[in-house]
Amino acid sequence: MSEIIEQPRYGCALSAQQTVLAIPRALPIIHAGPGCASKAFSFAATGAGFQGEGYGGGSHISSTNTGESEVIFGGEPSLEKEIKGALKILDGDLFVVLSGCTSDIVGDDSISVAERFAAQGYPVVGTETAGFKGSSYYGHEIVVKSIIEQFIGDVKPQVRHGLVNVFAVVPFQDPFWRGDLEEIKRILTNIGLEVNILFGNGSAGISEWRDIPNAQFNLLISPSTGTEIAELLEAKYQTPYLQYPILPVGGVETSRFLREVAAFAGLSSLPVEKAIEKEERRFYDYFVAVSDFIGEYWNNLPVDLYAVGDSIYAPGVSSFLVNELGLVPRGVYVTDEPQPAWQSVITETLAARDSRLAAVLKFENDGGAIEMDIREKDKNAGKSIILGSSWEKFLAVDVDSLYAYLSLPLDEIVILNHSYMGYSGGLRLIEEVYSAVFKRKTATSRSIV
Amino acid sequence: MSVYKDTAEVEVRERRLDAILSYKGDAKTLNVQSKKRKVNCPESSYSQCSQCSEGCAEGLICHIIDAAVISHAPIGCSLGASSRHIVGRAVSKSRGLPEHKVQMICSNINEEDTVYGASKKLFTAIYEADRRFKPRVIFLQSSCASGIIGEDMESIARQAEEKLHYPVVPVYCEGFKSTIWSTGFDAAFHAVLRRLVKPAQKKQNDMVNIFNFTGSNTFIPLLHKLGLRVNYLLPMATLEQIASVTEAACTAHICETLATYVAAALEEQYSVPEVKVQPPFGIDWTDEWVREIARYTDRAKLAEQLIVQEHKRIQPELEKLRELLKGKTVYVMSGDAFAHNLANIAKDLDLNVIGLSTLHHDLHFETKEQINSLEALIESVGNIKDVRVCNKQPYRIIKVLQRISPDVLIVRHPNLAPMGMKLGIPTLSEGDANFSIGYDGVLKFGRRLLDLITAEKLFGNIAKHARLPYNSRWRENDVDDVLNNRMLGGEL
Repeated sequence: MSEIIEQPRYGCALSAQQTVLAIPRALPIIHAGPGCASKAFSFAATGAGFQGEGYGGGSHISSTNTGESEVIFGGEPSLEKEIKGALKILDGDLFVVLSGCTSDIVGDDSISVAERFAAQGYPVVGTETAGFKGSSYYGHEIVVKSIIEQFIGDVKPQVRHGLVNVFAVVPFQDPFWRGDLEEIKRILTNIGLEVNILFGNGSAGISEWRDIPNAQFNLLISPSTGTEIAELLEAKYQTPYLQYPILPVGGVETSRFLREVAAFAGLSSLPVEKAIEKEERRFYDYFVAVSDFIGEYWNNLPVDLYAVGDSIYAPGVSSFLVNELGLVPRGVYVTDEPQPAWQSVITETLAARDSRLAAVLKFENDGGAIEMDIREKDKNAGKSIILGSSWEKFLAVDVDSLYAYLSLPLDEIVILNHSYMGYSGGLRLIEEVYSAVFKRKTATSRSIV
Repeated sequence: MSVYKDTAEVEVRERRLDAILSYKGDAKTLNVQSKKRKVNCPESSYSQCSQCSEGCAEGLICHIIDAAVISHAPIGCSLGASSRHIVGRAVSKSRGLPEHKVQMICSNINEEDTVYGASKKLFTAIYEADRRFKPRVIFLQSSCASGIIGEDMESIARQAEEKLHYPVVPVYCEGFKSTIWSTGFDAAFHAVLRRLVKPAQKKQNDMVNIFNFTGSNTFIPLLHKLGLRVNYLLPMATLEQIASVTEAACTAHICETLATYVAAALEEQYSVPEVKVQPPFGIDWTDEWVREIARYTDRAKLAEQLIVQEHKRIQPELEKLRELLKGKTVYVMSGDAFAHNLANIAKDLDLNVIGLSTLHHDLHFETKEQINSLEALIESVGNIKDVRVCNKQPYRIIKVLQRISPDVLIVRHPNLAPMGMKLGIPTLSEGDANFSIGYDGVLKFGRRLLDLITAEKLFGNIAKHARLPYNSRWRENDVDDVLNNRMLGGEL
């Protein structure tokens, strides 16, 4: 991993304003310089497939826009006024304060300011998310943990059998999070679970967050970010958690995922197997149907695979493409700086799927270094496809590779209900990878490329 | 007092130009009060997110050919790279230039660096940029974090320069230093004036400096008709083009807010005259602009011929457009002077400008001779009753839009269009600031407005389903009454 970063793939901790915006009717209050919220939004919403301001994002985001006087004299009074103003005019169920570099360097105690409002019964949570403290992944964990500690608080769990809280992709940092979470909820509901999905359209919002302590278990679909959330909930509410360390994509992995979840939840296997069978039949009907295309266009199809994305997404997608579509992994670049312990989880998980995947795995947050590596490898490569961001598209065009979109930044695509997760996501990924053949140039079944 | 001072930083706009961020009233009063330097600027206890100087500086320097930019900042400040890269590719293509690649590295300041200093990382970034990009100039962009911890970018730049033998140029654009994001333009121009502009070798009497954003190529076709060459600055300019700004016949620009600092400095330091009329938006302002440029380039007769020809050429379509658009009401929300430009085009299409919101307002520019764009607009379209100065702030502007309900909203900045669209108002995003200049600009503007109005079902559909994040107190009362507890039940 590099100290310096070219072609950034993630925002700073303050970008977790997007995590707040992903909770229905929750609103962020930024205590930072005038450009911070706009930059975070431009990258993680606009530059992530134009996901839009939604209910209260974009230029609606509350911000103290700290200036010289706050830096010299302290910014706590400004923050207090800002929170008051937000509570007076905004229509939200939860307000999360996120502080930036200016306030955290000069030592504003943003959390205490928020706590004073919370003490009066207002739904206000305080977090310190200065950009220098970490990435948007770090910020996401801070925000979720703070909501649990400060908003849900010390309650006695009333455990409901079959209820599960899901912690998976990081909203917005995963450009497909809306579709992904819909698919997770769909398949888990199918096997008989009640699901607190917590973010996006499928979430009931704050009432669902209040329900977190009552879950039978927490499901962490991630080898990295989210681990500390699951650990916190275990310590706080004694809720056990299952970590599934790879994103389930396609028939094989998703069925394995559902079986593992069902076993952990103690669901009886017959209805679960029935649900899986139904899903698989649908999935493989489509899958087999594409074989005609494969036969016809074999000359044009990619052989080598490069994938650039975060530790939650890139390994799962790569494993599917290698294990079910037969691609040859040449590079799996994990861009989100996972902690050393998490890196071992990722490596082991991938090695268990196919040792070649682990062999080409790299932890690299510097897009410039990734570009250099792919250019070097691709000199001797055959036909390849690069899955990644807009940067990888430019690279693919340059090295005459195919491309498909996988990770931020994505400035040239409109993303609504799109997902690579689960059975449906696997189908979508097949469409993307094979349609890539036609994106770069006119391909015919007889053209030899 | 001189405009340009040989100091590391240029003074921020609130102190240099008495820039303000709030006003509510009519255009004439704002103009009168601006002249007296006594504008009523109500403060607000609540605000929504703005933008910062760093972004404005970056947008200008990152598109200089053969430049590398080091964002000496945590990663969150450096996020614009990919979108700028895409704009750079598009614009270089539109201008017939080799594909432009944005070359940026972030020094990725972390917590430890804020305690022990980040200069080592900055050196690493500089030498890595040198190795990766082989640039001919490296800009060092400051940030809130590097500014507050007191990084000595001057000495770092000097040391790096000794080793690299090409300019390493600090740009001081810390976001917290100015509440006016346009200060970032001045910061970029100041850095360039300080380090890259060279005294003239020979005068180039047929060359006009055009200061602009990364916009499309509309100035060359216009000035070509006068037999003049365009020196586009700073985006897509080479170091040679930048060095030679001093050789130009005159300096013009797309907007006072962008370039009055650099234009005045060039006139003062290098005797390159600044075109002191409105930029070429709208027919009358284009006429004046063409005449003024002709005056500096000795083409008065040619200019008059051109004006007659161009009027004649656009007349038939202009009349048609006017017929279709006549009387439609328009609200304009954009940067200070650029909003005036857009409003002036609207007037040419017989639209009725019923409101204007500028994202800040400079009470004056650098010199007394520079144009007062607000006054020019009042002369052109008459008084405008509903004028605001407001750095975005949808919680205020949406209420205005709801009240005066314009037929069309025109904006230029990102994240503003949804305000209109969520209310069902067809909203035109100007985006490319070069697009609507000149005679053709008026026609193109009109055509786009017609397309926009045609799609009214789309906007109606959005409005039908959109929800705004404001409560009933906001809906039913004056916002300031709510914020200042001047209403029952408003205490908090």
